[in-house]
Amino acid sequence: MTLWFWIVVACVVGFLTKLLGYLVPRNWLTNPRVARVAGTLTIGLLASLTVANAVASGQALVLDSRLGALAAAAVALWLKAPFLVVVVVGAAAAAGLRLLGMP
Amino acid sequence: MSLSLRHSPGTRVGVSIAVATGLYGISFGALSVASGLDVWQTAVLSLLLFTGGSQFAFIGVIAGGGTPVAAASAAALLGIRNAVYGMQMNVLLHPRGWRRFAAAHVTIDESLATSTGQTDPLEQKRGFWVAGVGVFLLWNLFTLVGALAGDALGDPKQWGLDGAAVAAFLGLLWPRLRSRDAGAIAVVSALATLLAVPFVPPGIPILVAAVVAGLIGWFGYRDAPPREGLEPDVDPYPHGDGRSPLS
Repeated sequence: MTLWFWIVVACVVGFLTKLLGYLVPRNWLTNPRVARVAGTLTIGLLASLTVANAVASGQALVLDSRLGALAAAAVALWLKAPFLVVVVVGAAAAAGLRLLGMP
Repeated sequence: MSLSLRHSPGTRVGVSIAVATGLYGISFGALSVASGLDVWQTAVLSLLLFTGGSQFAFIGVIAGGGTPVAAASAAALLGIRNAVYGMQMNVLLHPRGWRRFAAAHVTIDESLATSTGQTDPLEQKRGFWVAGVGVFLLWNLFTLVGALAGDALGDPKQWGLDGAAVAAFLGLLWPRLRSRDAGAIAVVSALATLLAVPFVPPGIPILVAAVVAGLIGWFGYRDAPPREGLEPDVDPYPHGDGRSPLS
């Protein structure tokens, strides 16, 4: 039930954030510093989520097949593969390495 | 008089973006059920939160064992850029009444990129609505497909779905790493995450990294040249089909 509650909270906050842009005075968010923080936040969060999902397991750092998925995805992106292909390559790398006995 | 929709560049780009983005709703649906959400919770996130980055952040935190509070916080922080997009779209569209609420809901990376890639005001409007509503419909449809398929797959690890999540986050990050500054912020945030993991509960390291990145943005401010990847409106498909609006 708590999970449902926070899903609804995230949805409400997410919508109000979008709506805010349509309600605030025109110049408020064009402040280059605000725009830049929105940009750096996005980069920081995505980088953090990438790393956390690759090596964190609870409060431990572990090196397992997910690291292979990270490397394979990086190669796919470097080769300009579309998003969906990148995701499939990541899954295939992790599944393949597990088949070979990697944790 | 008015251009037929078939010859409208805003509509054409909007449709191709909607199809490409809608399809990867499959990966969100599958990863969401793999992270422990049920099909209904997954569908609600796509219907009501409807902003890919925040949705992936929510399930990414839950998958790592984080609390729902941390998941909602990460989702809220990633959604901040949508307020900046809303401001930009408000200037272009001036929606009134119920349209304002509809426009706000479909204000995402893709609709903004499609619209701002057009020069004619009519095409900017068409691009925004076609991309926004098109992505909404297909994203929700394919989320459901992915969630039901993921549910049927069984053990997510055997299928490498945890690896797919890692790849998805890197894929969302990649197009934003256009400059040395953007790369440096990503590396610092990644290091902050690694340092925080052993000391705080799961999910919190992501918020620590958000604070670090936000502080860099606030205090590291200088007159940066435009289009270096730090502005929030980065084309999500810089290597798409060649008709990508900002490339």
